[in-house]
Amino acid sequence: MTLRAFLTTLTLSAVAATGAYAQDDAAKAAIKARQAQMDLYAFNLGALGAMAKGAVAYDADAASKAAGNLAMLTKLDQSRMWPEGSDDMSADNTRALPAMWENMGDVMAKGGDLAKAAAAMEAAAGNGLESLQAAMGPLGGACGACHKAYRAPES
Amino acid sequence: MPGKIVTTVIGLAVAGGVAGWFITAPQTVNAGLYSGLNGNAEHGKLVFDAAGCASCHTAPDSKHDGPPVLSGGRAFASDFGTFYAPNISPDTTHGIGAWGLTDLANAMIKGTSPDGQHYYPAFPYTTYTHAAPQDVTDLFAYMQTLPTDPTPSKAHDVSFPFNIRRSLGGWKVLFFSDDWIGPDTTDQIARGRYLVEALGHCAECHTPRNALGRLDKSRWLQGAPNPSGRGTIPDITPASLTWSQADLVEYFTSGFTPDYDSAGGEMADVVQNLSKLPKEDRQAIAAYLKALP
Repeated sequence: MTLRAFLTTLTLSAVAATGAYAQDDAAKAAIKARQAQMDLYAFNLGALGAMAKGAVAYDADAASKAAGNLAMLTKLDQSRMWPEGSDDMSADNTRALPAMWENMGDVMAKGGDLAKAAAAMEAAAGNGLESLQAAMGPLGGACGACHKAYRAPES
Repeated sequence: MPGKIVTTVIGLAVAGGVAGWFITAPQTVNAGLYSGLNGNAEHGKLVFDAAGCASCHTAPDSKHDGPPVLSGGRAFASDFGTFYAPNISPDTTHGIGAWGLTDLANAMIKGTSPDGQHYYPAFPYTTYTHAAPQDVTDLFAYMQTLPTDPTPSKAHDVSFPFNIRRSLGGWKVLFFSDDWIGPDTTDQIARGRYLVEALGHCAECHTPRNALGRLDKSRWLQGAPNPSGRGTIPDITPASLTWSQADLVEYFTSGFTPDYDSAGGEMADVVQNLSKLPKEDRQAIAAYLKALP
């Protein structure tokens, strides 16, 4: 190998490695971002669920605020949160199955179902405890639909 | 003398074989228990949901809108091979449309098919054997209202010696019992026990098994490895399950855990079924779990 060829190979390898690191960082950041979003869902669901279960007294104003947050969260643009290489086979600290990337149409449809269920909760939460309780089931179903299909079991 | 021993040994072997043949013969229900009963399809739907029939018998890619199409086809990997849920839609050729009530009762209560074969216990008749005749009758009425589907059932992919159906007779003799496990100290707990131990078949996943696939009833609902090979199925006895009764009811209703994660995997299907039951039934299951030793 000539020195020139060697240097070219070295440079290309370095570029490739940098590319891989950049991609790795992007995957890590995306995984953190989407888990943060899941935490925000859970935090607001917690306010609604505590009332639904009777653990705290029903409060129409607090319920409406939590449901409003939830509905807003479902509207966040997630296009950068699910880059290639951020599934559980390629990256650490995630349970997102590779099947997600093979079925993006279905994933988007399930995301749409969640947005609808959250909108229904937003409309229901302020109208009394029974109305809130009735909206919990479909909301949980929408979360579960995606988790059932695309999340690996806890190891 | 050696000749006599040989004769004796052969004689014993034949006697043992004959006895074994009878012991391992598939059994049927007492048809008299079912003869006077009329099915209520509306209540049968609740039995269907509580027993989780759709979770296994709908097609792998089925959506959940409308009445379930029980075309079968889902694969269940196990240590013994892969089982495929059969078509149990009312199709007369490929489903169970030609069955009578006692055929369904024999299947659920005795694990015996209409042509006198043992079913593999991947079909949880070891649980359903506790089902009340009226519930089986109502379930039969409901299943007849469901859509037919012409998909042929897929043959199980099970290796020797487990592919010899008759050998299941021995398995049944050793492991198939209609004993109840949990308490029935109040009416509510008794109802919960019926839902868990007769219909819901929670133990099929939540109780560990021995090498021959027998549930270890001394570790009832204490958790087990996930048959999919990834992760574990949790202990749901009070020793490990710290959730309150209200937490359990919420989980059975919406699938939300106390920290507002949601049910995934097979449990998402289970929640989908449980959410269709009356609230009192979900409360009864929670009461039963909290009352376990």
